[in-house]
Amino acid sequence: MNVINSKGIYYRELNKEIRKLVARGTREITLENVNGQRYIGDGIKEPVKITIHGTPGNDMAAFASGVEMTVYGNVQDGAANTMGDGKLIVHGDAGDILGYAMRGGQVYIKGSVGYRVGIHMKGYQEKQPVIIIGGTAGDFFGEYMAGGRLILLGLNREKESIVGNHLGVGMHGGIIYIRDEVEEYKVGLEVNISEADEEDRKEIEKLLSGYCEEFGLDLEQVMDAKFSKLIPVSSRPYGNLYAY
Amino acid sequence: MDDKIMSGCGLSGILNKKGKRFSGKDIIQSIALMHDRSNGLGGGFAAYGIYPEHKEYYALHLFYDHQKARNKVENTLEKYFSIKQREEIPTRKVKNISNQPLIWRYFVKPDPNQLESRELTEEEYVVEQVMNVNENIAGAYIFSSGKNMGVFKGVGYPEDIADFFMLEDYEAYLWTAHGRFPTNTPGWWGGAHPFTLLDWSIVHNGEISSYGANKRYIEMHGYKCTMMTDTEVITYLFDLLIRKHKLPIEAVIQAIASPLWSEIERMEPQAQNIAKTIRTVYGSCLLNGPFSIILGHSQGFIALNDRIKLRPLVVAEDEERMYVASEESAIREVCPEPDKIWTPRGGEAVIAQLENAGKGVV
Repeated sequence: MNVINSKGIYYRELNKEIRKLVARGTREITLENVNGQRYIGDGIKEPVKITIHGTPGNDMAAFASGVEMTVYGNVQDGAANTMGDGKLIVHGDAGDILGYAMRGGQVYIKGSVGYRVGIHMKGYQEKQPVIIIGGTAGDFFGEYMAGGRLILLGLNREKESIVGNHLGVGMHGGIIYIRDEVEEYKVGLEVNISEADEEDRKEIEKLLSGYCEEFGLDLEQVMDAKFSKLIPVSSRPYGNLYAY
Repeated sequence: MDDKIMSGCGLSGILNKKGKRFSGKDIIQSIALMHDRSNGLGGGFAAYGIYPEHKEYYALHLFYDHQKARNKVENTLEKYFSIKQREEIPTRKVKNISNQPLIWRYFVKPDPNQLESRELTEEEYVVEQVMNVNENIAGAYIFSSGKNMGVFKGVGYPEDIADFFMLEDYEAYLWTAHGRFPTNTPGWWGGAHPFTLLDWSIVHNGEISSYGANKRYIEMHGYKCTMMTDTEVITYLFDLLIRKHKLPIEAVIQAIASPLWSEIERMEPQAQNIAKTIRTVYGSCLLNGPFSIILGHSQGFIALNDRIKLRPLVVAEDEERMYVASEESAIREVCPEPDKIWTPRGGEAVIAQLENAGKGVV
């Protein structure tokens, strides 16, 4: 295992160093004292484990496919952008546009997330990206979602609402599960809200087992609540737009 | 990849709530961490509390393109003000900073006879002269005009601009900073942030799509937009709404980042009535488009995002200070473990004030 003290290292140097280690066959890297360095883990295809202590900069784990990253701290904006495979585990909060256009792999966030999370996520057959969030989410959650699963738990919150406005606006694929009731006015016109049934709950439980294990949560307790299920009304609302 | 510039502006601000002054080092370190958010075409700082020995005087900071402009301005200043002190703002040679204009400062008081005969408030009188110089004297720009505060800005990365103006030698209780990535308008010395008028200073990340409507409105109230960029209009809007119209800060925020009509529809009747009234009366003050801003003033700062939060903003607090920045890491760089760190929602203002705020804005 390799440890890099990242304090004061410019992001280009740090990322070069990581790539060099990966090319040499290193499969476990720990980064200490990270603060603001951008693009960590981007585009890495090898099954490398990267552990980060600190606050990584924007666009971490972007275009990653296979790397497993664990962050002890908060992540900033644009994490897991277009991630293809692998894992991002955050023992803290995440900023805006987490998991933009994500197409595979899992993102586990222990705390809350910002605006525009999981927008434009895609899924194809067995390749379904998953984002699970322990806290709350801001506006435009799952906007233009086209595939995959978004699960929002809203644990440990006081008065704040679990999710913001414009939820699932433009959604045309995938499923959003929210561990609470969702007001009609918050969701996009293309979205149908129902209570998750037995079949759905089985799927949720399966997806949550790894998450709960990671953060030491009691799965049974987390499941002991109603979940709302959000799906698009039509899978291809504009399928005939150019066909008339 | 090397020739692609991946950036957006960067902001940072630090307030010592107890009013204790601290050197520019922290704010420089914070904004420098976000180096890659700017591209070297603009950097600047606002510092409050730096001129205690002249605190009764307006500190005018000026750029001159040439000596002739300076002569003209000094004639004007001598006519309208009594000048306590005039000097070149001290700078040092910095590798990455070039083509600087002449940079001067003046500590002035309005001429009492003229003030009386014009029947203007002192502040109104100063604003009039700032607008007069910036509009009518070619090659001269007053870019800072408050009391006991000053702006330092120019073309370059913020950390280089700080080095150029030797900001580590100044002490302020409130600092704000900006690294610029100009998109729509030129990168020139006057176009760097902050934009100021009297005590107000604005640093801004984003663009104001409603600039045309805002400019027409603000010019009807005597303000002149001369800095060739959208941000200055924000400064004047705050000045108009707070200083002249004396609106409570909540109302100002509702005018500038109004709730969407769909949100207003869901409000309680009284709140709805207020929100509708503000949107109706002050519709031309609504800033549309993506923004995060920090408004600095003598009593603290106000940080605000556009309503649908198209730009980043993080806030933190410890026992003595409040922090705001475009990125969490820029705060942690100078305060690794704040007591509290959070991201405000779109349109939700964060109001940071001195504990013993005098003539507060709130």
